[in-house]
Amino acid sequence: MSDLNKLGLAEARDALRKGEVTSVELTESCLTAIDAADALNAFVHKTPEIALERAKAADERIKGGDAPSMCGLPIGIKDLFCTKGVPSQAASKILEGFKPEYESTVSQQLADAGAVMLGKLNMDEFAMGSSNETSVYGNAVSPWRRGNDDAQLTPGGSSGGSASAVSADLCLAATGTDTGGSIRQPAAFTGITGIKPTYGRCSRWGIVAFASSLDQAGPMTKNVRDAAIMLEAMCGHDPKDSTSAELAVPNFEAMLTGDIKGKKIGIPKEYRMDGMPAEIEKLWADGAEMLKDAGAEIVDISLPHTKYALPAYYVIAPAEASSNLARYDGVRYGRRAQLAQGDGITEMYEKTRAEGFGHEVQRRVMIGTYVLSAGFYDAYYNRARKVRTLIKKDFEDAFAAGVDAILTPATPSASFGLGEMTEADPVQMYLNDVFTVTVNLAGLPGVSVPAGLDKQGLPLGLQLIGRPWEEGDLLNTAYALENAAGFVAKPTKWW
Amino acid sequence: MSIDQSTAAKVAKLARIKVEDDALPALASEFNTILGFIEQLNEVDVEGVEPMVSVEPMRLKRRQDVVTDGNQQDKVLANAPDAREGFFAVPKVVE
Repeated sequence: MSDLNKLGLAEARDALRKGEVTSVELTESCLTAIDAADALNAFVHKTPEIALERAKAADERIKGGDAPSMCGLPIGIKDLFCTKGVPSQAASKILEGFKPEYESTVSQQLADAGAVMLGKLNMDEFAMGSSNETSVYGNAVSPWRRGNDDAQLTPGGSSGGSASAVSADLCLAATGTDTGGSIRQPAAFTGITGIKPTYGRCSRWGIVAFASSLDQAGPMTKNVRDAAIMLEAMCGHDPKDSTSAELAVPNFEAMLTGDIKGKKIGIPKEYRMDGMPAEIEKLWADGAEMLKDAGAEIVDISLPHTKYALPAYYVIAPAEASSNLARYDGVRYGRRAQLAQGDGITEMYEKTRAEGFGHEVQRRVMIGTYVLSAGFYDAYYNRARKVRTLIKKDFEDAFAAGVDAILTPATPSASFGLGEMTEADPVQMYLNDVFTVTVNLAGLPGVSVPAGLDKQGLPLGLQLIGRPWEEGDLLNTAYALENAAGFVAKPTKWW
Repeated sequence: MSIDQSTAAKVAKLARIKVEDDALPALASEFNTILGFIEQLNEVDVEGVEPMVSVEPMRLKRRQDVVTDGNQQDKVLANAPDAREGFFAVPKVVE
């Protein structure tokens, strides 16, 4: 077999079990692809020794007939996950040199399931961004281009390195995290599949915290079946995360029948925004038609508070971030600024955080500090939390009316050029998450499925939103959409 | 509500982030852009609505108040920028 790095998880798993290929061969193929793809700046800490060691162990297990679900499958890990003895910086200067003494629950579960870690993936600093332009490692670059135009495009963010790496076949799949759209938006920008599960499905322990009530990990994969396989390995109750759900994890892959007859799919009218590109509008209508052809019933629904999701998010997420990021004080881990003669502890905090945090992170920490400060707490933070209650209720009402899943565009546009948004005000960048952020606020599962190309030849994705804890049913609907859309485009290799 | 330079300076101080004086006008302007966006929330009728604490209406789990981990001083200090004699070291604290 050649081009083993181009396989998906399910294909590689089946080939491994049939003895057609070894994990070492798969892993070496990916390592070669990674070394040839430095131009994408996706892998920022490569771990070939760990990868080959785990691949050899996986081959032994497969030979011994003891192969767990991800055995021998090479994947990338977002830099936000703490990985024992391997730099885990959340793409921030302030965590320079930090090598955790422990492993995050999710990456441990993947390792226990036999997965092979190839290295750590680029991202926006502390997962704050939608274009992977806030990383201390520099921009991650999309493998996609606008036809023959060689302008560099964003793979999206914050899981931009994960998206770039999976799309460019540097690994079979990757982990991502999603606080406002950070799995689904980059997946849509790069023509891959990404699911954010229900809040509480995946343990947050050992994942560098951004906004704790919104953060969830999830897989970024080449197709829906792979997402089902990898999600199952990542999920499960963890006593070390107090919000982790004590629920059994179903066999998601076994639920992929492709049969969605009689399912009710809601189309929320509030997602039809002014100025939405005609291509996105058409993609959305085509998607609804595909699901209808597959036997689903399409119904118009209303989610009246949609418009207020982004402003509520930009109160709640910075507020939680300002609290979570208080721990970066130059004392316990990471970087401490050089101090001048006579500087005390306050100067140490202030200088360390000024030079350690990038611009966007500083801005969000300060916005969070402001909305939580005395006199503004009720006007901003409590009001936003009340609006969040109303946003969740919008979804509850739709589900109570019998809707099984909701179909929306994943993003308001295709990928844009790196640097193209530099001059725009921060709110323009925040609008990238307009279709995804509601899902985090309501704690629901959401999946992005590649569904077409725009006229520049760039991927576009559709999002399906499911009922809480029903990722299996959601993935099955995504599977039906994937089958109907038949998206097979790949970026032309230029790197 | 509009943020002036002195408010921006106060917020930076509260957040323990050093911001030079000449950077304050730009910072205040960015805050105002974002807060202007957030102001939309005032259009929503939130009378009688409970502020959300957690998306899942569950009580945080409790556990026995016992030691579950420990005796890892070396590991705890391994990543410290300055650790001496088993402690984190910081500049002199004078109040």
